[in-house]
Amino acid sequence: MSNNKIKPKTVLMQGNEAIARGALAAGLDFFAGYPITPSTEIAEICSVELPKIKGKFIQMEDEIASISAIIGASLAGARTMTATSGPGYSLMTEGIGFAKMTETPCVVVNVMRGGPSTGLPTKPSQSDIMQARWGNHGDAPAIALYPNSVSESYALSIRAMNLAEKYRTCVVILSDEVLGHMREPIELPDISKVKIVKRVTPTKPPEWYQHYPDNPKYPMPKACFGEGYRFHVTGLSHDAKGFPTNRADETKILMDRLRNKIAYHIDDIVQIENYQMHDAKIVIFAAGITSRAAKEAVMMARKKGIRVGMMRPLTIWPFPDALVKKYLGEKKAIIVPELNEGQLSLELKRVMGGIWNYETRKTKKIKEINRTDGLLITPDQILQTIMEVK
Amino acid sequence: MQKISQKSIHKYLRHDKKFPHVWCPGCSNGIVLGAVIRAIAELGLKKDNIAMVSGIGCSSRMPVYADFNTLHSLHGRAIAYATGVKMYKPEMDVVVITGDGDATAIGGNHFIHAARRNINLTVVLINNNIYGMTGGQYSPTTPHGDIATTTPYGNIDPTFDICKLAIGAGATFVARTSAYHAIETQSFIKQAFEHKGFSLVEIVSACPVIYGRLNKKGDAPTMMKQMKENVISVKDYEKLSPDDKTNKVTRGILMHDTEKKEYTEAYGDLIDSLDESEGGSNE
Repeated sequence: MSNNKIKPKTVLMQGNEAIARGALAAGLDFFAGYPITPSTEIAEICSVELPKIKGKFIQMEDEIASISAIIGASLAGARTMTATSGPGYSLMTEGIGFAKMTETPCVVVNVMRGGPSTGLPTKPSQSDIMQARWGNHGDAPAIALYPNSVSESYALSIRAMNLAEKYRTCVVILSDEVLGHMREPIELPDISKVKIVKRVTPTKPPEWYQHYPDNPKYPMPKACFGEGYRFHVTGLSHDAKGFPTNRADETKILMDRLRNKIAYHIDDIVQIENYQMHDAKIVIFAAGITSRAAKEAVMMARKKGIRVGMMRPLTIWPFPDALVKKYLGEKKAIIVPELNEGQLSLELKRVMGGIWNYETRKTKKIKEINRTDGLLITPDQILQTIMEVK
Repeated sequence: MQKISQKSIHKYLRHDKKFPHVWCPGCSNGIVLGAVIRAIAELGLKKDNIAMVSGIGCSSRMPVYADFNTLHSLHGRAIAYATGVKMYKPEMDVVVITGDGDATAIGGNHFIHAARRNINLTVVLINNNIYGMTGGQYSPTTPHGDIATTTPYGNIDPTFDICKLAIGAGATFVARTSAYHAIETQSFIKQAFEHKGFSLVEIVSACPVIYGRLNKKGDAPTMMKQMKENVISVKDYEKLSPDDKTNKVTRGILMHDTEKKEYTEAYGDLIDSLDESEGGSNE
C-alpha cells in the first residue's frame, strides 16, 4: 500500500471524513471512541480503515474509557485519536489532563454542537472554545486547532497528530456540526509526501533514560512500553524519572516544562489567516464555520466601498496574542461573530484591553455578534454590524 | 510450587525507588505484591514485556515499586488504560492492580465491559472493604452494618459479590482467596497469567489500621486469623448451615472457561480476514 503512488486527486468529502483521513495519512494506528452526534462518522471511518492497515479500532463503553484507552495505547507506541462532541468532551477532560500531565501524545476531536448539556445535537455551535482551553482541572496549557473547510480539516488533522507527537501532549481539533457534515471538493495530497513528525526514540541506555527530562529538545524523545525502558507513568506530580514527588523544586521543574514547551514554541504552533487586511479599517475576527460568513461579509462590504478585512485564527489555543496586537491594534473597530455567548471576544478583550485603555478616541471597540439558537450567523447579519460601526 | 527466594524478588523491585512503601503496618498489599512477583518469576515472564497498570487507591500504589512498564492511571480507569495497552501490543503481559472501590464503584463500567470482551488482562483486585487512601469511607464491598467514616450509623448498602459480578459479565477466569492464603494467592495469579482471556483474582485483604480499627476487628495478626477462618473453600462452605454462612466467603477457582474467544485474538483474526479478502491487491 505504501509504495502505491497516488497522484493528487480531487474528491468530494465530508468534514468528519477529512479529519479521519488526515489522521490516517499522519500515521494514525489506534482509535478508541464512543458514538456521539455529530462526530460519529470519524469513528465509523476509522473502524473501516484501521484494520486494513493492521491498526486497531475499539468502541469503548464510554468517553472516559475512550480517552483512557488511547492514552494507554499511546504509551505502548501508538499514534492515537478519539472523536467526540461537547458532552463527551466533558467526560474526557479528566483524561485530557492526565495526557498533558504525563506528556503522552494523543489527539481529541470535538465536533461542537449546541449546548449546554444535551443541547442541540444536530446543530452547530462554537461553545466549547473555552472548554478546550480550561476543560481539565489544574493548570496546563492547551493546543487547539480549528479549521474552516473540508480540505483544511484534512490538513489540520495531520498537523494535530504531528504537534501531539512533537510536544508530547494532547492536541484538540475543534470542528462543528456544519463543518463536520458538509461536503466539499478536496484535493488529496500524495500520502507518501505528507510530512510526518516521527517519534524520536531515546538513544540513552535504559538505566540513564529519563521520560521527563528538564529542557528537552522537540520532538521530545519518547520510550514506549515493551521496549526495555520500564519507566513509570503517574498523574501524580513526578520527577524526571516519572516517580511521584512532593518536592517543591521537582514540581516546579515539571510545571515550568508543561507551560514553557507551549509558550516557547508559540511561533511554531500558531497559525492565522489574514484576508483583505492590508488597508482594512474594520476587522472581523472569526474562526471555523463563522469565518466563512465573515469572508462573504468582507466581500459584500468592499463592494460598498467599506474597507473591511478578516483575521482568522487556525490555532485557537495558544491564543495568537502577539499577532492580534500586531494586526488589530490600529484598527477602528473589531467585529467578533461567534456561535456562543462571547468566548473568542472575551479572549480578544483580554489581549486588547491594555492597548485600548490608553486610547483617547472612543470609536474603537469590540462589537460582538453572538448566536446560540442553533443557526449560523449569516453574511447579512455581519454586514449589518459593519454598517453600524463604520 | 517452585520456591522463589527472597533475594530473587529484589530483581523485580525498583532499587532507584526509595522504600519504605506507603502502606500501613499490617496491610495485605505487600503480601499481594510478593505473590504477583513470585508468580511472574515462576512463569519466567520478561520484565520488559510486562505492563502493570493501576488506578487510584492504596492497592494502586503498587506499580511504582515494581520494575516493569508501570502506569499509575486515574481512579477507576486502570482497566480502560490497560485495554489500550493490550489492544495495541497484544504480545505484552498486562496486569491490572486495583481495589474494591477502584474496580467496582468508579470503575465498574470498565470492569464489566473488559470482562464481557474477554480481553486478556490479569486483574488482581485487592478487596479491603474500605477506601483506605482517603481515610475510611465505605465501598461497594463494606459489609452491611459496618462502620466507615461515611457510615457512622452503620452501612445500609448491600454489597457486591465481585466474583459473581465478573462471571455474570463474561470473565473467563475468576478466582478468590485471601492474603492469609499467600501460596494460593501466588498460584491463582500464576494461573491467571497463563489463562488466555479476562481473568480476575480477588484477594480478600486486611486493613487493620483503618477498616479494622473503625470496626473493632482487632490488630493485624487477629485480622489474619479472621481471614483464615472466614475465607473458606467452596466445599467447606456448602457444609455450613445458612446461619453459619454469614460472614463467610468462598475461595477457589470459581470460573475457568477456555472456550470463549480472547478479544485481541478476535481482532487479529479480523485483520487477517481482511488481508485474505483483499488478496494483496491495491485499490
